[in-house]
Amino acid sequence: MERSGSGTSGGQGARPAAHELARYEALFAARTRGMKSSAMREMMALTERPDVISLAGGLPDTSTFPPDLYAHLMADVAMEATARALQYGPTEGMAATVRCIVEVMAAEGTRVDPSEVIVTTGGQQVLDLVCKTLIDPGDVIVAEAPTYPGAVPTFSAYQADVEQVDIDSDGMPIDALEETLDRLHAEGRRPKFIYTIPNFQNPGGVTMSLPRRRRLIDLARERELLILEDNPYGLLRYEGEQLPTLHTLDAEAAGRGGASDLVIYLGTFSKILAPGLRLGWSVAPRPVLEKLNLGKQGADLCSSPVTQMFVAAYFERGAEHGMGWQSYVERLRGLYRTRRDAMLDALEQHFGESASWTRPEGGLFIWATLDERIDTTDLLALARTSKGVAFVPGRAAFMDGQRGSSSMRLNFAGIPEPQIREGIRRIGSAISEQLGLLGSLTGSSPAAPRSAPETGESSPLADVLELPRRDGAAESRRRRDR
Amino acid sequence: MSEPLRVAVLQGGRSLERAVSLRSGARVRDGLGRLGHTAIAIDTDGGLIEQLIAARADVAFIALHGRDGEDGTIQEVLEALAIPYTGSAPAACVRATDKVLAKHLMRAAGIPTPPFFALHETVVKELGGAGALPSIEADLGFPLVVKPARGGSALGVKFARQGSELPGAMVGAFSYDFRILLERHIRGRDLAVSVIEDEAPEALPVLEAVPREEDFYDYESRYGIGMTTFLCPAELEPGTTARAQELALEVYGLLGCHGFARVDLMLEQDSGELYVLETNVVPGLTETSLLPQAADAAGIGFDELLARILASALKRR
Repeated sequence: MERSGSGTSGGQGARPAAHELARYEALFAARTRGMKSSAMREMMALTERPDVISLAGGLPDTSTFPPDLYAHLMADVAMEATARALQYGPTEGMAATVRCIVEVMAAEGTRVDPSEVIVTTGGQQVLDLVCKTLIDPGDVIVAEAPTYPGAVPTFSAYQADVEQVDIDSDGMPIDALEETLDRLHAEGRRPKFIYTIPNFQNPGGVTMSLPRRRRLIDLARERELLILEDNPYGLLRYEGEQLPTLHTLDAEAAGRGGASDLVIYLGTFSKILAPGLRLGWSVAPRPVLEKLNLGKQGADLCSSPVTQMFVAAYFERGAEHGMGWQSYVERLRGLYRTRRDAMLDALEQHFGESASWTRPEGGLFIWATLDERIDTTDLLALARTSKGVAFVPGRAAFMDGQRGSSSMRLNFAGIPEPQIREGIRRIGSAISEQLGLLGSLTGSSPAAPRSAPETGESSPLADVLELPRRDGAAESRRRRDR
Repeated sequence: MSEPLRVAVLQGGRSLERAVSLRSGARVRDGLGRLGHTAIAIDTDGGLIEQLIAARADVAFIALHGRDGEDGTIQEVLEALAIPYTGSAPAACVRATDKVLAKHLMRAAGIPTPPFFALHETVVKELGGAGALPSIEADLGFPLVVKPARGGSALGVKFARQGSELPGAMVGAFSYDFRILLERHIRGRDLAVSVIEDEAPEALPVLEAVPREEDFYDYESRYGIGMTTFLCPAELEPGTTARAQELALEVYGLLGCHGFARVDLMLEQDSGELYVLETNVVPGLTETSLLPQAADAAGIGFDELLARILASALKRR
């Protein structure tokens, strides 16, 4: 029975045991222990199937970008600058692309100096580089609860200790933030930065109010804390008034005509143009920027010149070819607004009395919270197999993987309206099954889905992120306030 | 040394344990290659029969966990195609995978298993099953463990520390199956005894899973590296080790397993009693899986383990 166990046998199919993880385990860095896969993520991998309507992804709708325009612009890049497009580029990004970034930020009322910008490979790279630059194992990051699910693995990989502050309908409550900071101070710990998505938060869908923005900046200046402002959706506002970015407010407070001291800004072309370009950027105080640049050299030398030149050509000549970048964003706004309304409408129809959800003024996501006895990870298992629909279970937005268990993130931007309605109907039917069971188990009658929205007063985004639904369920429900 | 075989490695599938299965499958194929066999990977996700016929395999190695791969479905197909396969035949698969059935069989045979009640969704929905809860609670006491009748992962497995937590836990479990199990929680140590069968079934050294953080290892800690510490052989009284192995062999025989299996047990802290929780007829074969670790503790390397499993598959014919 003795057989060669060292991978040297000559039989067909013999090759080194590349799958023998155990052989490599002793070599892995300690930080890989924090890089864990989860049952939930594995389950979500199973949802990427044609027969499943997925409201799970973070996808914008790239089918709306005119193919002709794409072809024209790529042809222009090829005809005019093939050699440059195929060459390495500068680490900080190409000047023409940086000009586009300055333009995008100006559209949100934020003035930046081109020399303070670094072009990155998607906004995600900014998260990675900022952690690489600032975080030693055990360092504290203060984030929102819930927070961007995609930031969770990044923070874990750098072994950060993440403190999450519960948000409400106006974003991160600064009182709660202050309490957290005081507590950390008492423990002799000081956060390296505060991570926030002020506009149409992912996954919460809520927006930080102007007074809170101001207080956050005051607090940061008072305590000399860095803020990582993640703003992928700022231009995707469907209603209400545009609010100044934290970067702008900090620059005003610093009073030096432009430069912000304490805000590291994260932007991306993914949501206003296309994620396939893998182009994002950061604007940061110069000393931080230099470190980000060094970090990026080690990571990928530079972001793709091909896509950077595509973006530059698009900003310069999109209008000539029939669609300027601003008109495209306008088109997206119109499309996503309709889809958001369709989803809100469908939620009203199918999610029943005991559910509540946010009513985002922009962005891509709605955060819905169900009866607290329903675990949305289990609900996803049921919904995916017997209903053919998927969403992101709320736990994904919490570092401990436990909280948020009765909430879910729903993306309304990526798929057409009929599918949104059908998807919500399917989730609703899974929810009523579970509520029916709960009703049978507790002796109460199951809550029936509401058939028609009530008219009346609107209580903007009240309490929907926490779970106070036992009492006053009706008040905390979202109303359509047209 | 057996002659080179064409081995169809069935892996993947649509169960919640797909990722684990793919890892088991990859490792099995590597090992088969080293043994001089030709491994043909078949993802049972679609077009299974066609792929199986096209593979012209001498034998099928089932590395599927969870639904289909463990509940006898795939085994029935292989029977129909007259392709020899590793592990247990359909009847044992059905008996082991259905925790309710397995526990009834164990109870009838006098094998200790934690006290339990099973509930069907229809009973809850249409027959007023909730009315039975108070007496179930009184009988079993808290904390209770609620699990779907079938499914090998910890998804849907929940604790209920008190009555108010029970409905939510039950609804969670019903997300995975029409039938669920309410079981008394045994506080103590998590043990696993793997059995491999060459000439006769043989119990491998007892393994203990020591969760690093939680009081119950969840799906993540079960398969993630570094979340749970495994001790093999477990440090037990000699009598306890012998008893655990004896119970494992009894259950293996009772369910009619073949080739290999893993029996999970609890050693109750206060009483020192052993209880059998469940039997896994397609134990994981990943780097962190328990069967390969137990085999290793018995001086059986991974490749030899594969060779034995394969030999037992061919012997059944």
